Amino acid sequence: MMATSALARLSPFNITSLALGLAFLYLPIVILVIYSFNASRLVTVWGGWSVRWYVEFFNDGAMLSALAMSLRVAAVSATAATVFGTLAAVALTRAGAFHGRTLFSGMLYAPLVMPEVITGLSLLLLFVAVDAQRGFWTVTIAHTTLTMCFVAVVVQSRLGSLDRSLEEAAMDLGCDPFRAFVKVTLPLILPSVVAGWMLAFTLSMDDVVIASFTTGPGSTTLPIRIYSEVRLGVKPEINAICTLIVGSIAVIIVAASLASKLSSRQGESAAPL
Amino acid sequence: MSGRRLFSVPARRAALAPFLWMLLFFLLPFGFVLKISLSHAVIAQPPYLPVFDPAGGVAAFKAAIAALSLDNFRLLASDHFYALSYLRSVVVALVSTSILLAVGYPIAYGMSRLPARSQPVAMILVIVPFWTSFLIRVYAWINILQHDGILNKVLVALHLVSAPLVWLSTDAAMYVGIVYSYLPFMILPLYATLAKIDPALLEASADLGGSRLTTFWLVTAPLSLPGIGAGALLCFIPIVGEFVIPDLLAGSASPMIGQTLWLEFFTNRDWPVASALAVVLLVLLLAPLLVYERVQRRRLEGAQ
Repeated sequence: MMATSALARLSPFNITSLALGLAFLYLPIVILVIYSFNASRLVTVWGGWSVRWYVEFFNDGAMLSALAMSLRVAAVSATAATVFGTLAAVALTRAGAFHGRTLFSGMLYAPLVMPEVITGLSLLLLFVAVDAQRGFWTVTIAHTTLTMCFVAVVVQSRLGSLDRSLEEAAMDLGCDPFRAFVKVTLPLILPSVVAGWMLAFTLSMDDVVIASFTTGPGSTTLPIRIYSEVRLGVKPEINAICTLIVGSIAVIIVAASLASKLSSRQGESAAPL
Repeated sequence: MSGRRLFSVPARRAALAPFLWMLLFFLLPFGFVLKISLSHAVIAQPPYLPVFDPAGGVAAFKAAIAALSLDNFRLLASDHFYALSYLRSVVVALVSTSILLAVGYPIAYGMSRLPARSQPVAMILVIVPFWTSFLIRVYAWINILQHDGILNKVLVALHLVSAPLVWLSTDAAMYVGIVYSYLPFMILPLYATLAKIDPALLEASADLGGSRLTTFWLVTAPLSLPGIGAGALLCFIPIVGEFVIPDLLAGSASPMIGQTLWLEFFTNRDWPVASALAVVLLVLLLAPLLVYERVQRRRLEGAQ
């Protein structure tokens, strides 16, 4: 017993590494948020608190239309990705062995780590080869392809840990498989499906490389726009936009963890990957 | 048991839509990359490719095959610029992965030592930055590292340096950006294996006279090898092809392969060379990709 408690105790080394690690992860974002409220035009000189850069952003028509474009792409691609990703996860966990299974799982896992320049370039060449008009739909298709793999992984890890006797019981009691899935399985995996949708949405809102390859003239997404501004240096308005994005993501995550706490008694966290 | 068999047929049908989607939008495009990498750039024209025409029949197909050439690959082999680019990418990815392991391991280890109640909170704290925009996280470092940024101010105020140092456009800045962006990818798989280690094993080691350090080296470290492997692959493969971080934080003297590909595609508008670069990069990453796919499959499907 003594050995266990001594070994399981947090050593000062453990506490220090945790504290430093979390500080490293959060400090840059905190600094960015603070500087977004800086009144001074010089990003590095503190000129008092102000929201002028937020006002500037809401008057910047080009930025706002890029934001609108990104929101549309993210909403449509995340929804499609959630449907396809959930179907893929069901197939991988419930279908047993089938022809092409290795190819299927390979195609689902490879995009998670595939360098984005390769994915972007290859999709663009496909779109050019079939003479597709590049713009909203090509970016949406590209993002659906990438993010459905993340959805599949998130949903699959939940499906894998699910007690299968529940859906088996439903079918023994006369449900057909489709009804058993909708009535029993789907409600149980819903938190991970929702988490998958949100992950797909944020990944889509974040992507520069694949969108740069697959978009066309006149359909600039917010990350492409931010990226081209950032290349020219730090601008206070960009600080404000980034703070707004970080703030909305924080709200989404808090809402999601509250929702999953309410809906799943197992308390399984919605971990990506 | 009856239920299990009943379920597998419709589950197989569920695979159809995602399967076709990935065939069409993930696998098939590589064919086009390969095709373009074997063709010539059309000079004095926008990068225009012939529309795919399956109506041409066998003769057209043969003519297309005959028109293929290895010139782009010969160019890649003959110009040291490209070889250096690949080399730099692999070196940067290796160095970054090592730093990530050194930084991520103590954090994951600390997380696994937390009381069971607070472990999920620590996990969410590590995941949240992964959800915040990647671009914003890199941008946050430009804020800090620029010439009159907060890092130089702190260093000067503490009299650690007499004049501000140059941080931006250096390899140091790039490594900081990469480690910062990929840290959750390293921590999560490490934590997953570390948290699963049976405390009874550590107890046994202590009862047999092992010190904390001995126990760590002989019990914990070997048992965490799968997590080390998964984390390393999850970081190494995408870092090799990384574009945004080196472009924003590193100097332009020696580009990584992602930057070279970008340059050939967007600036030089040489699609065939960009495609050839992508083909070679893919071949380079094929072995780690296959290992990664196996690890991932075992991890996700082994539990059932």
